[in-house]
Amino acid sequence: MSPATATTAPTGPRTLPPLGPTRKLKVPKQAERTLRNGLTVIAVRRPAVPLVELRLWVPFGRVHLARGAMLSQTMLSGTESMTSVQIAAELQKVGGGLSAGVDPDRLMLSGAGLVTGLDRMLELLAEVLTSASYPSDEVSTERDRLVDRIQVAQSQPAHLAREALLKRVYGRHPYATQTPEPGQIRAVRPAALRTLHSERVHPAGAQLVLVGDVQPEKALDAAERALGGWAGAGRTAELPATPPLEPGPLLLVDRPGSVQSSLRIALPAVSRTDPDHAPLQLANLIFGGYFSSRWVENIREDKGYTYGPHSGIEHSVAGSVLVAAAEVATEVTGPALLETTYELGRLASLPPKPEELEQARQYALGTLQLGMSTQAGLAALTSAYAGNGLRLDFLAEYAARLAKASIDDVAQAAARYLAPARAAIVVLGDAERITPGLAALTTVHTEPVS
Amino acid sequence: MAARRSRIPATKYPVERFTLDNGLRVVLTPDRSAPVIGVAVVYDVGIRSEPEGRTGFAHLFEHLMFQGSENLEKLAHFRHVQGAGGTFNGSTHLDYTDYFETLPSNALERALFLEADRMRGPRLTEENLRNQVDVVKEEIRVNVLNRPYGGFPWLTLPPVMFDTFPNAHDGYGSFDDLESATVADAADFFRRYYASGNAVLAVSGDIDVAEATELVNRHFGDVPARPAPVRPDFTEPDLTAERRTSYTDALAPLPAVAGAWRVPDPVTDFAGYLPYVVLAEVLTDGDASRLVERLVQRDRTVTSLGGYLGFMGDPFDVRDPTALLLQAHLPPGGDVDKVLRTIDEELDRLASDGLTDGELARTQARMATHLLRDTDAVLGRALRMAVLEQQRGEPGLLNELPRLVGEVTEEQVRAAAATLRPERRAAIEVIAGGAR
Repeated sequence: MSPATATTAPTGPRTLPPLGPTRKLKVPKQAERTLRNGLTVIAVRRPAVPLVELRLWVPFGRVHLARGAMLSQTMLSGTESMTSVQIAAELQKVGGGLSAGVDPDRLMLSGAGLVTGLDRMLELLAEVLTSASYPSDEVSTERDRLVDRIQVAQSQPAHLAREALLKRVYGRHPYATQTPEPGQIRAVRPAALRTLHSERVHPAGAQLVLVGDVQPEKALDAAERALGGWAGAGRTAELPATPPLEPGPLLLVDRPGSVQSSLRIALPAVSRTDPDHAPLQLANLIFGGYFSSRWVENIREDKGYTYGPHSGIEHSVAGSVLVAAAEVATEVTGPALLETTYELGRLASLPPKPEELEQARQYALGTLQLGMSTQAGLAALTSAYAGNGLRLDFLAEYAARLAKASIDDVAQAAARYLAPARAAIVVLGDAERITPGLAALTTVHTEPVS
Repeated sequence: MAARRSRIPATKYPVERFTLDNGLRVVLTPDRSAPVIGVAVVYDVGIRSEPEGRTGFAHLFEHLMFQGSENLEKLAHFRHVQGAGGTFNGSTHLDYTDYFETLPSNALERALFLEADRMRGPRLTEENLRNQVDVVKEEIRVNVLNRPYGGFPWLTLPPVMFDTFPNAHDGYGSFDDLESATVADAADFFRRYYASGNAVLAVSGDIDVAEATELVNRHFGDVPARPAPVRPDFTEPDLTAERRTSYTDALAPLPAVAGAWRVPDPVTDFAGYLPYVVLAEVLTDGDASRLVERLVQRDRTVTSLGGYLGFMGDPFDVRDPTALLLQAHLPPGGDVDKVLRTIDEELDRLASDGLTDGELARTQARMATHLLRDTDAVLGRALRMAVLEQQRGEPGLLNELPRLVGEVTEEQVRAAAATLRPERRAAIEVIAGGAR
């Protein structure tokens, strides 16, 4: 090792090295086939590791909340010929696993495994899709587990704030309530699950995405072999468009004893294909969508009110919304809202600086590259796009829109969507301590925590 | 049915290692399959090295490393990484602190510049320190104080299992300790632990080795040399009698329990340690695993269950002393004693009757998937290689892990299970104070 004196730093400031030439966004090789039963299969090749990722999106709008949740919880609990343990063990043998989840748009079956096990994973997926049996014992076990999980969720401030926000934003729309009550779960019987499965778990309109170390055409063949016999054409259901966001008094949800307040702000947004989407995305980044945003720099790095404020656009099939969220110290709840409204208003009424826009643009473009650089990332993206009627080539179009959005475009989007006058605000916290600070800024309507 | 064994695949990431004159160790692992890179700098200092009276300091210092450096104003680091299309973060562990970025590959030189600049010297000012003490307090509120099961079990179990300050104290820190931290403490901590000789730099992904080597030399070559401090011995004797404790969590609606047993030294006795890593998965990985089948599906005495090595969940980034942990959430009115007794019973059964046909092979196949999936992300590779270099001088071990896990035998897993006796166990129970 050299002595310290031999390596003294040169005098004078050092300058940041420039970036190298940008690499063009390259959408990977893919193939697509719609089977005779209506299932669309999309296969994407990324051979970096000898694995394959699987995502099956089944449209699941307007499904009874508790039954839908229970179906996803018990779908892998047994079939006519296999127990839940056998299904799990058979998947494990090929390094695989499957899990199921629901949201108001879809039932999603996801998994990953060794690519040598792709055929077997697809066979087991088909087994579950065509003959899940919802055995009483297992359903009863899973019912209790789900009730417990919901109880735990209901003790989490982030979950409670989310529930209050959804109700506030969606009113009577099916998106308004996304977590069933324990009592509703307890009422679900296996027969109802079998009925729901036969009515709604069918291939028409469903999309299967396979991403990994596999030739796309071969993956399509494998999917066709395994899932070609998945039949059944039950009901489909369209969700109504989400209602426009109604501004109004701040909704304060009282959670006595909270040492922090959960601040949630909903603002209008547009779908991925809307011409305003790219400029809005950039405006959102500048406001609070990434760490180098005005909001983070203000309420975290300047004032220390919070650990991780963040805003982002949430896309659902029936509509999109922009949500800003921060957990702030109880004693600075009012000041944190003040700064938040200030930053929204500033961006909505004054154009961003050119360097701010360029930085946000580079971030948006760069993270597209990062998101595509793993099998799991590609699978998530491909599936989210497919569920909304898009394909991966939309990435290139989106990148082009991000690249050409001007300061004027971004300023207009900010004025249109980020104006604080358009916001619906929910705060969860200790009402006794935070009401005065909030009431000094806006009209407050208080409700007890549910 | 005879178990057909899945062939365990491996990765072949190339590994280039070298050490600069100032002692900085460097690992490069090129892979040109996507135009992105992962950059990780790992310092050999963590929670265990905190001075007494300064709980939470290693983590607080991690925050300070983002607050500007020799040639960079406060906020500049964030802007330059994200303005290059990248993402960043840092994290504090028991045995190390890491700083990392994932970026489009055209930002390689920029990332090296940013990391080298703060390795030369962060801007440690009173204003930044007070600001980040506030931010860290909010982090603790959101992750621990305002949340049910906050800090369970990673903050609550070590003080039951260990007796010495380094192993037993709260790594997030007390508000009193955090508030009394000074700029002088920070400067001292930097001088002592953030030495070039105490750090590893790893770069993975879309790089040319010759070009990257040249850039590393250009930016890190003149970081002043400081040797690594001698790492103290954190060893503690194993437990000889069961330790049990409990606490009421005012926010938690349901009971929970965690138990842990000491395991062999992960670094000096890797061969002895690996069977425990496999054992944790045999016990808890999915519906076909021993304890999930028994406790969740059959007895219904727990509603969820997890098992892993190391208090932070990664078996390949901890040094001795560490532990195998099992944690479970119980239904309302659940019986913690009964759960612990059943776990003992299943461990006994495993030790005496062995595994069922195919049980080990399928667990190993799934572990291979998890390992490969983690390394598919460039950053997963850079971080793990940096830590493997730092703790073992063996970054290429990453390529070997799926195979080594696959070579663990039934006898070894049985023998490991046999050591998890109640009298060697430390356990902590969460009493539901928020039940309604």
